[in-house]
Amino acid sequence: MLESIKNWASDFFVTGDPLIYGADAAIIITLVAIVFVLTYFKKWGWLWRNWLTTVDHKKVGIMYILSAFLMMFRGGVDALLMRTQLAMPELQFLQPDHYNEIFTTHGVIMILFMAMPFMFGLFNVAVPLQLGARDVAYPFMNALSFWLFFAGAMLFNLSFVIGGSPDAGWLAYPPYSELMYNPGVGQDFYIWGIQISGIGSLMTGINFIVTILKLRAPGMKLMKMPMFSWSVLASCIAIIFSFPILTATLALLFLDRYGGAHFFTLDGGGNPMMYINLIWMWGHPEVYIIVLPAFGIFSEVVSTFSRKKLFGYKSMVYAMMIISILSFLVWAHHFFTMGSGANVNAFFALSTMVIAIPTGVKVFNWLFTMFRGRISFESPMLWTTGFIPCFVIGGMTGVLLSVAPADFQYHNSYFLIAHFHQVIIGGVVFGYFAGLYYWWPKLFGFKLNERIGKWAFWFWNIGFYLCFMPQYVLGLDGMTRRLVTYSWDKGWWGLNLVSSIGAGLMGIAFLFQVWQIVHGIKHYRSNMDTTGDPWDGRTLEWSIPSPAPHYNFAVLPQVSDQDEWWEEKQRRQKEGYTAVAPELSPIHMPNNSGIPIMMAGCWFLAGFGFVFHWLWLIIPGLAGVALCMLAHSFNYDTDHYIPVEDIKHTEASLRGAANL
Amino acid sequence: MSSSQVTEASARAHHDHHPDMEEMRLLGFWIYLMTDVMIFGTFFATYIVLKNSTNGGPGPADLFELGGVIASTFILLASSYTCGLAVLAMNKGKLRALLGWLAITALLGACFIGLEISEFAHLVDRGATMGTSAFLSAFYTLVGTHGLHVSIGLVWMVALMLQLTKRGITPVTKRKVQVISLFWHFLDVIWIFVFTVVYLMGVS
Ligand code: HEM
Ligand SMILES: [Cu+2]
Repeated sequence: MLESIKNWASDFFVTGDPLIYGADAAIIITLVAIVFVLTYFKKWGWLWRNWLTTVDHKKVGIMYILSAFLMMFRGGVDALLMRTQLAMPELQFLQPDHYNEIFTTHGVIMILFMAMPFMFGLFNVAVPLQLGARDVAYPFMNALSFWLFFAGAMLFNLSFVIGGSPDAGWLAYPPYSELMYNPGVGQDFYIWGIQISGIGSLMTGINFIVTILKLRAPGMKLMKMPMFSWSVLASCIAIIFSFPILTATLALLFLDRYGGAHFFTLDGGGNPMMYINLIWMWGHPEVYIIVLPAFGIFSEVVSTFSRKKLFGYKSMVYAMMIISILSFLVWAHHFFTMGSGANVNAFFALSTMVIAIPTGVKVFNWLFTMFRGRISFESPMLWTTGFIPCFVIGGMTGVLLSVAPADFQYHNSYFLIAHFHQVIIGGVVFGYFAGLYYWWPKLFGFKLNERIGKWAFWFWNIGFYLCFMPQYVLGLDGMTRRLVTYSWDKGWWGLNLVSSIGAGLMGIAFLFQVWQIVHGIKHYRSNMDTTGDPWDGRTLEWSIPSPAPHYNFAVLPQVSDQDEWWEEKQRRQKEGYTAVAPELSPIHMPNNSGIPIMMAGCWFLAGFGFVFHWLWLIIPGLAGVALCMLAHSFNYDTDHYIPVEDIKHTEASLRGAANL
Repeated sequence: MSSSQVTEASARAHHDHHPDMEEMRLLGFWIYLMTDVMIFGTFFATYIVLKNSTNGGPGPADLFELGGVIASTFILLASSYTCGLAVLAMNKGKLRALLGWLAITALLGACFIGLEISEFAHLVDRGATMGTSAFLSAFYTLVGTHGLHVSIGLVWMVALMLQLTKRGITPVTKRKVQVISLFWHFLDVIWIFVFTVVYLMGVS
């Protein structure tokens, strides 16, 4: 009996690696510590009422960003482990199997569980406020999206201590991801972790499209809408067309593994190449899904910190929309070498190069906005200026990669790794940092320390160039990606060592940022944002107090200009301006709900059941999901009104009575 | 707060250019349907690519019997029609007719599912399973996904009938009926494609 339990446990838990025992211990200690602290300070009720059941988009946004930081830590540790292994030739630090697992989890976590939630967090934080709206279109569904993402991320992360991690690369190409070559549970964790969080992403896409189309403040024509909201619209349109493809593709892979189907298998008439087409029909748009909102952030930041209207507003909008459409027409540039033939390759090479045009337009627009502006270099602007050279180099190497015949040389080499990290870190991550620093005061009511922020910025940037520039050379020298080690006679060790040092510097940079946040919380009293408009902003989110009250706007603003808040400030300075006391009326708000977290919990259980083929867990899990949906459908008591006295009270305490 | 205050407030909210909540939810559902089109589109594409990959096993012409499929097609079309009648009854404010038509719609939907299950069972009996060939994998996935949608629609319809008996026709229940009827017609359209691409083109 005992023996069989022992056997089962050694199968179920990942054993035999000291690194993983360390992680086990760390996870258990952290969990115990959290439970202890919450119990000791009697915070469970507070946590449940204020966070776990909240439908307030700002709080949902904060939870997204917090999770994204945790995942950035996890993905970053993976990156450092890989770079340690590659620092010198013939190191024995990571075994090949383990290395496969690490590059797979690193890629998945960074794209799906770090970049996506970070982006959704910023959507939540900023879009309703910019639009002059009190909420997103579907607050309940918004909370559900977050919890589904969270359940999926946790399921995926569990794989490295329970059952074993996936190791077929971040896009899980068959046949390697098929049962025949990958019989463990890692690949199933991959499928269900992504599937569950993917449903959440899809719902977020729908939610924000409707929010943007329907909830703009009166008078805000689409062509007066702030640029970040435009970028969110473009990104969400790409989401609703591409994520269903991912859902369907992973479902097919699941059927292959679980139901004995033959979609992508080598036998039974299956066609692995079809998977590669399908996954990139999602995968390429995904890259633009995460980068477009970063472009939106840069646009806001550049115009705010140059104190000028954004140059070429309309061309910016068109560029964004064109990019979001073109992104669906280039997927095959990811497999130029896989025998599509010259004509197909030529089409995809050209369509790829064409994207460089609207992107170039955007870069010039930012530069022209800065030209002759009164620029100040606070954190958000710093990240934006750091982004431009990085993205320009990354973009140019991208054009090089799009030359189909030349790609036979770069394909699957470190040249590619350097290229995509350059656009993804320089474009996406830097962009989200800019956004986070920009909207931080609005969320929390205080500014972060600029000095620590500058340290973080420089460590990130120097580390970044040290890490990835050598990789271009290594790639041209023939070093392929997903390589666990190499011999001394290759002559690659010097560049690899530099690259690893660069990675370490980025790790330190991340620690600076964590410190910056801790420092900010500790000293928040001395950095309070009492004006609600710390950057002398231009869009509506800066017209309300910081932190924004839960109903956002006591009175819905009336919009007549692009950069409405900036124009309003000009109007107020004119002579003869008289403030009209706004007339308050009760505000309609949604109730909190525990259903989203419970439903996501049920999905988690069902997903876990699917991974281990445990029907006894799958059935109650899915039944729980259905029950949660029905419970929500039968609940008609979903919202309430905030009475005028409460609004007055809140506004008075946030603005100081004099300002109302 | 008193209810008069609430109505006053919501009236003012309308004045404030506040969008109609129920209309907004309907728009969201339209967008959701678009995403579902993408999912079905992917499955259709897979089916078309793999249609001839029978791996030496039976192909479409060997397996499909049009008689049963035509019957279920008519049943589903009829259910779409009765669903339309339900909405008409609702717009006239006739609760009992609405419930009656919804019940008939659900019954027809259940017949459709019953036929589909018996078709699948029959095929499996003849040894044509999901694992037999890529063609059959694609077939079961495409047709089965449609069937799964119909089944979910059924549960949903029953839940909605319970809500209607309890609350009558209100703006909220009205929107819910509109949403499910959209869903139902959508499944009908998808079925037409399934019928054409899988069955008609399969046996010809
Ligand atoms: C912060 C510093 C980072 C470092 C030092 C780093 C390092 C690495 C390394 C060493 C690899 C493996 C190369 C190989 O052996 O094939 C890799 C792969 C990858 N990284 Fe990063 N990375 C970083 C950040 C990111 C970020 C922010 C993202 C995305 C948002 C990302 C996405 C990926 C992806 C998708 C892969 C491919 C995985 C695969 O081959 O399946 N990385 N990275
Ligand atoms: Cu691409």
